[in-house]
Amino acid sequence: MTGYLRKLALLACLALPGLSHALAPDAALAMAKGDSNSRIAAMQAAIADDPDERTAAFLRALAANEVVVTDDRALIVRNGQAQDPVSGETLALPAGAESVMNNNRMRGAISAALAALDLFAADAGQRLKAAQAMRQSASAERLPLVEKALAQETDSRVKQALEQIRASVQLNAELPAARLAAIDTLAADASPATRLLLDERLAAESDDQVRSELQRTLRKIDDRLAWGERLGVAFTGISLGSILLLVALGLAITYGLMGVINMAHGELMMIGAYATYVVQDLFRQYLPGVFDAYLLAAIPVAFLASALVGAILERSVIRFLYGRPLETLLATWGISLILMQLVRTVFGAQNVAVENPSWMSGGWQALPNLTLPYNRIIIIGFAFAVLALVAWIISRTRMGLFVRGVTQNRPIASCMGVNTARVDTMAFALGSGIAGLAGCALSQVGNVGPDLGQSYIVDSFMVVVLGGVGQLAGTVYAALGLGILNKFLEGWTGAVLAKIAVLVFIIAFIQKRPQGLFAMKGRSAEA
Amino acid sequence: MRHLTLKTLTAALAVAGLSFSAQAADTIKVGVLHALSGTMAISETALKDMALMTIEDINAKGGVLGKKLEPVIIDTASNWPLAAEKAKQLIGQDKVAVTFGCWTSVCRKSVLPVYEENNALLFYPVQYEGEELSKNVFYTGAAPNQQAIPAVEYLMSEDGGEAKRWVLLGTDYVYPRTANKILRAFLKAKGVDDKDIMETYTPFGHSDYQTIVADIKRFAAGGKTAVVSTINGDSNVPFYKELGNAGLKATDVPVVAFSVGEEELRGLDPKPLEGHLAAWNYFMSVKNPTNDAWIKQWSDYAKAKRLPGQSTKPLTNDPMEATYVGIHMWKQAVEKAGSVDPDKVIAAMAGQSFEAPSGFTLTMDEKNHHLHKPVLIGEIRGDGQFNVVWKTAAPVKAQPWSPYIEGNDKKKDEPEKQ
Repeated sequence: MTGYLRKLALLACLALPGLSHALAPDAALAMAKGDSNSRIAAMQAAIADDPDERTAAFLRALAANEVVVTDDRALIVRNGQAQDPVSGETLALPAGAESVMNNNRMRGAISAALAALDLFAADAGQRLKAAQAMRQSASAERLPLVEKALAQETDSRVKQALEQIRASVQLNAELPAARLAAIDTLAADASPATRLLLDERLAAESDDQVRSELQRTLRKIDDRLAWGERLGVAFTGISLGSILLLVALGLAITYGLMGVINMAHGELMMIGAYATYVVQDLFRQYLPGVFDAYLLAAIPVAFLASALVGAILERSVIRFLYGRPLETLLATWGISLILMQLVRTVFGAQNVAVENPSWMSGGWQALPNLTLPYNRIIIIGFAFAVLALVAWIISRTRMGLFVRGVTQNRPIASCMGVNTARVDTMAFALGSGIAGLAGCALSQVGNVGPDLGQSYIVDSFMVVVLGGVGQLAGTVYAALGLGILNKFLEGWTGAVLAKIAVLVFIIAFIQKRPQGLFAMKGRSAEA
Repeated sequence: MRHLTLKTLTAALAVAGLSFSAQAADTIKVGVLHALSGTMAISETALKDMALMTIEDINAKGGVLGKKLEPVIIDTASNWPLAAEKAKQLIGQDKVAVTFGCWTSVCRKSVLPVYEENNALLFYPVQYEGEELSKNVFYTGAAPNQQAIPAVEYLMSEDGGEAKRWVLLGTDYVYPRTANKILRAFLKAKGVDDKDIMETYTPFGHSDYQTIVADIKRFAAGGKTAVVSTINGDSNVPFYKELGNAGLKATDVPVVAFSVGEEELRGLDPKPLEGHLAAWNYFMSVKNPTNDAWIKQWSDYAKAKRLPGQSTKPLTNDPMEATYVGIHMWKQAVEKAGSVDPDKVIAAMAGQSFEAPSGFTLTMDEKNHHLHKPVLIGEIRGDGQFNVVWKTAAPVKAQPWSPYIEGNDKKKDEPEKQ
């Protein structure tokens, strides 16, 4: 009797046109609780026929880890408030509710389900994203859905993406002609994903004509992809070069111009990185609204912090050691140990977390197989901006003139009334401050810990020595050259051998040309 | 006659020495040998503090055999020959009853001859590559079959994503090389082709992972790929940052790491890493009363001692748990043996069990000096903790001699007699 009634009710539901399938409490629970297989099955059942807005909202909550389950129901919890996923009413959070945990497979299934729903979203951008997301999980079962979306699609880009999905399913069609048409459609998108699809088809293909067409398309795609790879190597090389340039620029002043073998250069970078960390924490605590801007505020702070430490070092230790390179080396090495241990005592031995601001996370998809990370792009720009600043200070300002004068001939500069001690301090502080800027940039790509400087000190000396002591231009060429050479070798031989090969190259080069790429000319060269 | 006198004299001296030390020793000295400066300080400092907390706790509850424990802390400065020297000093000069220490395999290998020569005791708390079994060492971390192999099996399963292609990525030293040798043999046994395995290494402290991430991306275009990472501590930060920025998500290419725990994630923004995996024998997020009590004890200790970093955000991890379990097991064994004599303690260690924070009762194997440990696989969460997505039903017996390395089938599962 009740069964009969239920059937009637069901019929009534079906008879009502345009009424979408409402989310049932049981379905919500089944999507949230149980093993992955049953949850995925429940999810596919829920989105199979015209799901309502509540189903989509529930899936979105699942994706955002906002769902909890008790023994008999699933609830959405947002900002500490529980909400019934079916009715939307606010409830008290029941005791013993457990958060729903999603593993990678579930997360993939949820985003595929959401993509299927988003195919019919009002916003074209959202539809495009959904179509792109669906490509990865394209299967014959989804074909009716894709056809339906295609029939009502108006935006040409979304249409194209949908046609690609259809083609990737039809690639396995019965008729060779349908397969050929599918290959033709797919060829328009020279991405690694397409390549994989075609490659798999090639292995299973028996028709000769389709085979040759597949091979031809694959070759074409390979040619396009090869460009992405070449550009990728060039970009990574320039990116590594820009980092080398940043870490070496400060040293180009303190060692290159002033002749101070500063083993604590790396620790000055570390201080810049920790300054960035402190600024980040202050922003998080006091100005969470403009958190993303912390990095801009950190740039001057990092510069000033390192410049101050540099000035103190110069005044208290280094000025007594001018002209005694061995003592300077030992003293600055000792200082580097002291600074590291100091930071360990204050901040702890563990690394600290420096987050990329949101505008530095992610990357720009330049080509199907080439993503350029924003943080790398920005650091390349930053490195060249710092380079321009240093070049301007050294060659155009009065202070730069004094620095050049003092380093070339101290007694004469002194006779001309230049306060050489003051110039030394200023120059050393400038070099240290630039190390601080490098630290600020490094915090965005790597570790911030007490040992940060140690991993870059050798590299920075390498760049300055290779470039030629006393020359900014040499530093630039050496940094970019080493970066590109290193990345080119790494792609070829692996990271370990590449590092060895680069060191061997530098030793050989310095043997042949001890003065480096660009030698100082004139009488001051001997100094 | 002269010979006899000498012997008697020595014996007399020894007896005198013994009685003297028995009178003087109202404490038992224990060594804590960790790197508190240098590259490994990032990981090992917490182990030193954990050892001190455990010792303090044991002392507060009456000590061992009625005596208080007296920790002797030694900094190896991440310098392995120095570690061997310091170990000698601990045993010869400080006369410690036992040492808890080391993190890297190279540290353990450096101090091992010292411990074997002097018949002293070392407790080693970190997961390692196996291929070693010394009478003088108790290994409280995982052997490869308690960490690496279950992780790979999980990634092969339906829930793990059914990976078909494998990237074995590591830092260039003994642990990753050996672990990857074992994994390669294991993958081959599971029918994975050589062309579907990419093995690549980076130098220590490598910080530029652009090329490697690009290589992984290219390799992953050939089918469902998983990355098995044995990258060592520090280098993980640039690797994961690069991975996140290059747009490789865990749902596409999951990375399972064997050296990334709660402490390593401290230096990272975990949001882009959500879903990447780690395999351990303990996670801080495990829910059980023992773990809750242990975390509370650690937080209180860190706050009371104002430990940098830990006092604001206390974290526990797998090697810390192994340190904690090791010290307690040693205490139990000493009480069972009624003496701190290494040979008696070694005999008493067999079969010791302890209720660990992981929620399992861990047992020391009767013979092979390794713990039976549960295997847990966790996915990184947005808050830097792990969601346990898979775990073994019961603790797994360690296989220090992996059956996936040739010639190991002939090796005995117990220390060779010396």
